[in-house]
Amino acid sequence: MKKLYLLEDAIISPMGFSTQENIKAIQEERSGLSLQHKPKITNAAFYAAIIDESQLNSAFASIGEIKGYTKLEKMMLLAVQQILAKNPGLDLTTTTLIITTTKGNINLLKDPGIFPESRIKLSELAKTIGQFFGFTQDAIIISNACISGGLGLAVAKRLGNTEEIKNAIVLGGDLVSDFVVSGFNSFQALSSKPCKPFSKDRDGISLGEAAAAMLVSTEKPKTSENIALIGDATVNDANHISGPSRTGEGLYQSIQKALKEASISASDIDFLSAHGTATIYNDEMESQAFHRSALQDTPLHSLKAYYGHSLGASALIESIVTKHAMLKNELYGSKNFGELGVSWPLNVVKEYRKKEIKYALKTASGFGGCNLALVFKKE
Amino acid sequence: MQQDFYIKDWVKIKSGKVFNSKNEIFSSSEKDLNTFLKSMYDFLELKYPKFHKMDNLSKLGILGTEILFRGKEISADTALIFSNNASSLDIDKKFHESISGFASPALFVYTLPNIVLGEISIKFKLQSENAFFVSESFDAELLKNYSESLLTSGKAPEVLCGWLDLENEEYDVFLCLVSQEINIPFSEENLKKIYFAENEKPTGRT
Repeated sequence: MKKLYLLEDAIISPMGFSTQENIKAIQEERSGLSLQHKPKITNAAFYAAIIDESQLNSAFASIGEIKGYTKLEKMMLLAVQQILAKNPGLDLTTTTLIITTTKGNINLLKDPGIFPESRIKLSELAKTIGQFFGFTQDAIIISNACISGGLGLAVAKRLGNTEEIKNAIVLGGDLVSDFVVSGFNSFQALSSKPCKPFSKDRDGISLGEAAAAMLVSTEKPKTSENIALIGDATVNDANHISGPSRTGEGLYQSIQKALKEASISASDIDFLSAHGTATIYNDEMESQAFHRSALQDTPLHSLKAYYGHSLGASALIESIVTKHAMLKNELYGSKNFGELGVSWPLNVVKEYRKKEIKYALKTASGFGGCNLALVFKKE
Repeated sequence: MQQDFYIKDWVKIKSGKVFNSKNEIFSSSEKDLNTFLKSMYDFLELKYPKFHKMDNLSKLGILGTEILFRGKEISADTALIFSNNASSLDIDKKFHESISGFASPALFVYTLPNIVLGEISIKFKLQSENAFFVSESFDAELLKNYSESLLTSGKAPEVLCGWLDLENEEYDVFLCLVSQEINIPFSEENLKKIYFAENEKPTGRT
């Protein structure tokens, strides 16, 4: 099986409009979460990471007409623009665009503005992005709940193995729309505080919006140190569509299969980028799956207290941060972590420190019972 | 090593008619989608109370899969690779309408296209690879390439792949079960041929 090399990347989030700014914010433990009031949806204030529209528009104005695109499109276009600006030689006729999102332009249901009704379709979102830059192939669109962004990397690797893809740009994005706020609020899943992954006093998620893009290739780049995706698996829990498996079965099996493909064991993993949404049941499930996988001593963090849960973008953003952590040999603190509040012991990274990282594991889980594990190697 | 894969069986559900590779299974002139789905459920004698709580996209997926899987031994590792045009827009609109009154968690949970993969996994006890793709129209090339990549790399011994679309009460379902058992060659051409064929009894194997 061919490896997939992770090349240029970009993150557009409330913490900054480049990967560099985002990594710096994480190193300094600065969160993108802020207090939100949506009295039409809920009387309770909640925290979310929301991109300031005027900042977005001023950044976007240098590449396109701000009125012609939705907020999500502008975020996603900016992310791809950064990749292309740094790779002017990239042939867009042979580069596959892989778009990952849960809800796309769902905010247009409430307020379509100047856009035609069809703009809510994910295929229209993909067309808008493809045509903006001149990609000639139709984009591959993945909408597979909260594992979507990471699944995009796995899909690129898998299709790359059969020569269908050489270079691809995996692009993820989702918004904090009234639609998802109402939905998670109806589940009573929104925390009234900034979310606290794996902590005893965690009581729900914080939402976040972001876009991220990563250029990937099956060809090994000439740079001295590279990060490659060498193992990947998804396994469904077959247990419940909105609640995580009590035994962590699907996540456990995903981890086992990804490690097997990578031909390494759990003890080789130097760092684990967890999903860590900060709901009672998700974090508990993860702790069990990690324990069953003999990963209880592996340093791990969740980035949800920085970004909020950015849904279809989250696993891509977290893979990008993992890549940079590996190249810099750094562990980033799991923000807002207090006292461990899951049944199985975990080694949660409390604060920034240096550590040699050769192998890292990224996991994610989502509605519909889906789970994902990705194994990255530095070579 | 070049391996060959075959379409073991397929199912189509469109305009009140249901076919598999051999027969017309069911047909109804019922225009109301809920009633049509209920009559198919009764016809198949499904006896799965959870069915009635599902959104219509999930119901279509469960019914199609039931027809394909019935009487066959199905590996728990059978991958699910589905695609459509409208994502979960049918239930998205219903949830959106509920927001102004009482936002319904029972509707919200279905507002992702891959929920049907979870429902199928639960009903048929599959703990396997899942992916939900969205495209403007039926993308035989993607389904074939991605299915083959899972089959040849050993990530799945068999694959259930296809198209499951629902918008404005119009439904279009085409699912096929792919394995190494010699039958209809699993090719882009055959996928298109079966998908685009009129909903009449097919005249023969391709």
